[in-house]
Amino acid sequence: MKKWTPWLVTALLALWVVAGFRPVKSKQGFDTGAFGQLPALLNGRVQPLDSVARNALLQIRARQTVQLEKRKRMPATEWLLELMMKPEVADTRPVFRIDHPELLGMLELPQTNKFFSLIQLRPHLGDVQTQAQAVGEKDAQLRTPFERQVLQLFNAVLVYHSLRLSVQPDGTEDFAKELQEYRAAIGPGVEAVRASEAGKEFDQAAFDNILRYLGGFDTMSRLSKKSPLLVPPAEPAAKPDEWGNTGLSLLQTVHSGTIPPAIEAYAAMSTAYRHDRPADFNRAVGEYRQWLQAHVPAAARKGKFEFLFNSFQPFYKTMVIYVLAFVLACVFWVRWTPWLRSSAVMLVMLGLVVHTVGLIYRMALEGRPPVTNLYSSAIFIGWGAVILGVVLERFYRDGIGVVTAAAIGFVTLVIAHNLALGGDTMEMLRAVLDTNFWLATHVTTVTLGYAATFVAGFLAILYILRGVLSRSLTDTTARSLSRMVYGIICFATLFSFVGTVLGGIWADQSWGRFWGWDPKENGAVMIVIWNAAFLHARWGKILPERFLMAMAVFGNVVTSFSWFGVNMLGIGLHSYGFMDQAFKWLLAFDISQMLIIALAFLPTRFWASFRGEGAAPAPDGKAAGPANRKRQPA
Amino acid sequence: MRLIDRKWIKPLTSLRLTVGLLACALVLVFIGTLAQVEEGLYQAQARYFKSFFIYWTPSHSSLKIPVFPGGYFIGSLLLLNLLAAHALRFQLTRKKIGIFCVHLGVILLLLGQVLTDVLSLETHMRLTEHVPKNYTEHATAYELAVVDTSGSDFDQVVVFPESFLKNGQVLAHADLPFQVRVETFYPNSKPELARTAAHGTPAMAQQLEFFPEKITRKMTDKNIPAATVEIMAAGESLGRWAVAGWLTEAPLRRYLRKRFGELRMISEGISFPFRDRNYRLELRPIRHYQPYTIELLRFTHELYKGTDIPKNFASRLRLSDPQQNEKREVEIYMNNPLRYRGETFYQGGFDELDPRVSILQVVRNPSWLAPYFACGLVAAGLIIQFLTHLIPFIKRKKP
Repeated sequence: MKKWTPWLVTALLALWVVAGFRPVKSKQGFDTGAFGQLPALLNGRVQPLDSVARNALLQIRARQTVQLEKRKRMPATEWLLELMMKPEVADTRPVFRIDHPELLGMLELPQTNKFFSLIQLRPHLGDVQTQAQAVGEKDAQLRTPFERQVLQLFNAVLVYHSLRLSVQPDGTEDFAKELQEYRAAIGPGVEAVRASEAGKEFDQAAFDNILRYLGGFDTMSRLSKKSPLLVPPAEPAAKPDEWGNTGLSLLQTVHSGTIPPAIEAYAAMSTAYRHDRPADFNRAVGEYRQWLQAHVPAAARKGKFEFLFNSFQPFYKTMVIYVLAFVLACVFWVRWTPWLRSSAVMLVMLGLVVHTVGLIYRMALEGRPPVTNLYSSAIFIGWGAVILGVVLERFYRDGIGVVTAAAIGFVTLVIAHNLALGGDTMEMLRAVLDTNFWLATHVTTVTLGYAATFVAGFLAILYILRGVLSRSLTDTTARSLSRMVYGIICFATLFSFVGTVLGGIWADQSWGRFWGWDPKENGAVMIVIWNAAFLHARWGKILPERFLMAMAVFGNVVTSFSWFGVNMLGIGLHSYGFMDQAFKWLLAFDISQMLIIALAFLPTRFWASFRGEGAAPAPDGKAAGPANRKRQPA
Repeated sequence: MRLIDRKWIKPLTSLRLTVGLLACALVLVFIGTLAQVEEGLYQAQARYFKSFFIYWTPSHSSLKIPVFPGGYFIGSLLLLNLLAAHALRFQLTRKKIGIFCVHLGVILLLLGQVLTDVLSLETHMRLTEHVPKNYTEHATAYELAVVDTSGSDFDQVVVFPESFLKNGQVLAHADLPFQVRVETFYPNSKPELARTAAHGTPAMAQQLEFFPEKITRKMTDKNIPAATVEIMAAGESLGRWAVAGWLTEAPLRRYLRKRFGELRMISEGISFPFRDRNYRLELRPIRHYQPYTIELLRFTHELYKGTDIPKNFASRLRLSDPQQNEKREVEIYMNNPLRYRGETFYQGGFDELDPRVSILQVVRNPSWLAPYFACGLVAAGLIIQFLTHLIPFIKRKKP
């Protein structure tokens, strides 16, 4: 039985991964999957409505779904559909997340709850706006948590309203019918307006009618900054970025007389949706997708593939697989049964496959090398670390590589997951970064350098923890761990150095100086310096092995400073990845690393693995355990 | 027979010294990075990296107590350490060739940086569409220029660098028929409307008066100097005028016009006649004249649709160099500079309020190739070194 357990576990998880590709439909039969694939332009890039919905929910409630009751969730696309077409129902959904007690007090909301609907917020929206404007003028660094939350809530309400008014004006009952009436009203209305401007007699009813419509569209167009642009470009070949806001496009029809097909399609969907006619809705979506296929095939394709990527959720799944592998490998160390190790190895391999597929899929979607922002750097560091761990496992077969791979893979993906809460992770790159050559060379090598340094640090942690807390750090294990740390740091030095210098050359190309002591540059060079110090200390046999391990653990601190710390300084040319939430996590991580380093400095008689090893004290008075031994010449 | 006593040089070759220096370097880079938050990039650079020692001055005293080695100190010791090790300890064998390459590359990198620190010059060029220019300007340093504008084809210029401008200093030059007496000089200043009633002299024809301001070290702010000068000929005063950086730079002039709306005219400099010739006085950013001119034909600045994220900046230029018989159009954009006659022109920035203006950053750095070679050497060395270890290891481990 135990022979095929690893295969069974892996196959089950693989099935779960593939299940992400099955088609989705809402309970009432509306094809929300097809609707979610419709393309729109937001944040400077074409994306499916599903991404629009997910990123909006992330900003509004820090989740990608809406919780209705206990155990019942509403997918993002379904929520967006409702918000666009049945806003009066959407307004009752508890989507706004508010944590700060003072803000809850200001809004007269119960402290027992965290999520609230627009209806609940409405009485105090004016206060939120006044407060937010005052806060907005303050220096970002000086804002209190309360003020930050006010600003966040204001932004969330803005995003919500932009989506709410992105398809139809407020209070629309039957958009398809109203659009027809509007088309009929244009002719007489324009005539009436012209006549009134010329001071002649005019048709008051036609005049009022057209102004009523235009007023509604005008309100829609005012929110165009944050709302998804739904109307595809008229000349996609010449101007692929010229997507239009629905309200603005409808205002322009006064001159042209023709309503863009996209708006007609959305109107048909809206009418069918409001009148609970799933078949009509699905037909409208299907016809519109055909039209998109014919007119803007690239956008239609992008919508489809990014939608699939969203429902696939490769990195979330990889994260779960790595956790399972980690647990199995840890149990292996205690029970020492081989099937546990092989299950863990197979799971890590499965995780690596899904991780790689996700990485390549993302690269294809963006048309970019793997690392473009902090989020993707976390995913890539995890990927690099897992590969290194797998290679180590291949050579040493003692579970160390697999534990390392699973643990770092998991932690980096958790970090990525939290970074993704900031909103769109595929945002456009500012001009200076817009170069695939340097992103592919400098950024990937530097990031691999981070990954390798973390792997070495993690191996050193295993050395110290196993040595101090358990009796499992035998002479052989200690020796192989020490060699692994050395090998990986060699690798890390190569990649950090080459990456750092390539960064210098890029800087020379774009800013005119090779080295400018910018914080991010300093962070990178600190890793190089520290790794070089480790190598020289080892070559020179200056320190006993456990102190070398402490040095490798300190590499984690240096790398975390370079990766995150410098962005928190909020200065320099690289400070585009600034975030203040992560600071306490960084601090906690660094403190934990310093504690482990402190453990390494315990005299060997406190190390469980070396206690009572029976070895006579060496002539210099130190115990002769491996942790005190300096590396012997090879 | 060695010239240097081995015993004395031995400690310099030690690996302990290397590790110690690297550890110090790590600490130095770390504190130098943190210090940028308070002190700004340039100040922190000068204090921590481009110095031999970091000094600490206790409050209420003028003592300078060295507390930590600075960048130059650590760098030069590392260099000595490396050279000494190679001279005495290292033997160039096939096994060590990788390490040798790495060290050679590091030496080249360190020396290249020293050369860059000493030799490189960074200026900028503010170009308005269709206005050719033949000079670049220093970003922070100023000069007092006395321009003889009488010639029909060219101006004759005598300049005094900022360091000459001291209260009470009298400036003279063989090409000038008069002397310039510096009455006051403020390295940083703020403008106010002149109280003409208080100053009865015709000096304040500028309508503005400049007051001293604290010197700033922030990266985002800059010091804008101002001076009051008197022109003296044969012991007699020809006039007393205020000159200031405020008057010579376009964005500052725009600021003045916005703040003191009632000012109709702000002239860049002071013009006055003397013995049939016309002169102009200006306190302006230091100019570096080039033997060629550059004209901005078109500046493009695009944002991604629906965002404030810059997508592309590009300057289309016409380069005219009569000496080299060169006349061509060039496009400069992010990550794509123009290298011409030792200068490199980068797309540096733009004017937020004037879409016809492009700002180019101009760098002269004769040692710009050093890091390229250094990088190649070190990378090759590291790869050789690690492969010579890795391949036998893999062979041994192969099941």
